[in-house]
Amino acid sequence: MSANSSSATQVLFDAPGPKGRRRILLLSVLSVLGIAGLIGAGLWQFAVNGELAAAKWLPYLRRDYIAFLGEGLWGTLRATAVAAVIAFPFALVLALARLAPLRPLSWAATAWIEFFRGIPMLLVVYAFLLALPAYGVTVDRFWMLVLPMILVSSATTAEVFRAGIRAVDRGQHEAAAAIGLMPRQSMVSVILPQAVRLVLPSLVLALVSLLKDSTLGFVVSYNELQFQGKNMVSITRFLVQTYLVVSGIYIVINLLLTRVALVLDARMQKRAAQG
Amino acid sequence: MEIILENWPMLLGGIGTTIALTLLGYGFALILGTALAVCRVSPIPPLRGAATVYVEIFRNIPLLSLLILIAFGLPDAGLLLPYFWCGVLGLTLSSAAFICENVRSGINTVPIGHAEAARSIGLGFFGVLRYVVLPQAFRTMISPLVNVFIGTLIGSSLCAAISVAEITYVTQQLNIRTAEAVLLFLVAGVIYLALSLAAASGGLALEKALAPGRRRRPTTTQAMMGAQQA
Repeated sequence: MSANSSSATQVLFDAPGPKGRRRILLLSVLSVLGIAGLIGAGLWQFAVNGELAAAKWLPYLRRDYIAFLGEGLWGTLRATAVAAVIAFPFALVLALARLAPLRPLSWAATAWIEFFRGIPMLLVVYAFLLALPAYGVTVDRFWMLVLPMILVSSATTAEVFRAGIRAVDRGQHEAAAAIGLMPRQSMVSVILPQAVRLVLPSLVLALVSLLKDSTLGFVVSYNELQFQGKNMVSITRFLVQTYLVVSGIYIVINLLLTRVALVLDARMQKRAAQG
Repeated sequence: MEIILENWPMLLGGIGTTIALTLLGYGFALILGTALAVCRVSPIPPLRGAATVYVEIFRNIPLLSLLILIAFGLPDAGLLLPYFWCGVLGLTLSSAAFICENVRSGINTVPIGHAEAARSIGLGFFGVLRYVVLPQAFRTMISPLVNVFIGTLIGSSLCAAISVAEITYVTQQLNIRTAEAVLLFLVAGVIYLALSLAAASGGLALEKALAPGRRRRPTTTQAMMGAQQA
């Protein structure tokens, strides 16, 4: 990403002369006014409906409110972490199976991946929620959320691993074969270590996606952040405020994770550029 | 099988609603996302900043949180929309951020020399974009934009959580009534797979027609950044 940031977006316009600078200044002032107008209209709408009252916002600084939402956040992080720890290794296995020379194995892996990539996670959640109890299988609410997360994430992450494996230079295969490694040996000790390093930033982004998926705990009534927000609403009746705070927390966490991914990616591009 | 035949109208309605949500959400997102991308590459700092903030917010908010905020939160602040339009609004806001990202990285794949050449023959900012950069960028954008479309389709299922009667919601309702879970969920799954396969093959055909020849592939990280995540 950062490696080609020196490209087209920077040369779309000339370094402005005096006239151009005046025009840019004018447009800047106008657009600041426009943006401020939009934000102002939004705030006005909130104020008119009495949603800006301090009494409706200050409670979120109270310790019990924070603890209540913190419990939800803990549930979110736990579900995300458990799902990632199981789904990522499973995804690697799926990717290897899809690339395997054994046809039936490769077909089965492909079918699994394309199926779970093509259907929405909510459908899987409902299937676990409604279909399984009909057969007398009951799992607790945590797994009701985490199992669908694992199924869906294993499919999308498998594609990430596959792309990583295919991105390793062909010469590496050839070199490994030349020093007498069997295909399996060269995969394990030559290709995979490089591929995993290549996809590391994408794995962090897969984590972002898992974190977003964990909001479906709302549907299965597992105590993660979104559901905890719902519980809070049913007690306090502060609808906009609670959902805004909850969304804000998600945004901040995901923003941080995305930054980490970008830093990892930039570092890798730099290393690749140095050869 | 009888259940499917008996409730065919309801299922068909669900499919129609899913398609309507997807087309409307994606259509508006295409307009908003392209406008945002133009803002992000424009020489006007406040517009760049605002578009960047927009993308960072709506790329990182979980779609379900956004839908719940719009459908259940905003009525308190006086914004009363039917749930269907809440769904369209949520999908639009979220998909626009991903479209903006993909359009921007599409612009980045056009070699610098082309923009420089266009400027040297006297084209201005919009001229360079319209006649030289965007037409080329569009070719590399088709496949990521089709992915955003499929993301919007799959994301539209979350509208079930705000009781919009699309496929997932209809399936769940029918299941409560008939308790034929496995069959119903298989049918719903097949419908989604068929829709996303249709979209994917439509995208391939579009790409073949509009951009024959070599494709510049984004890196895995770039693809993940642009990929829609529910």
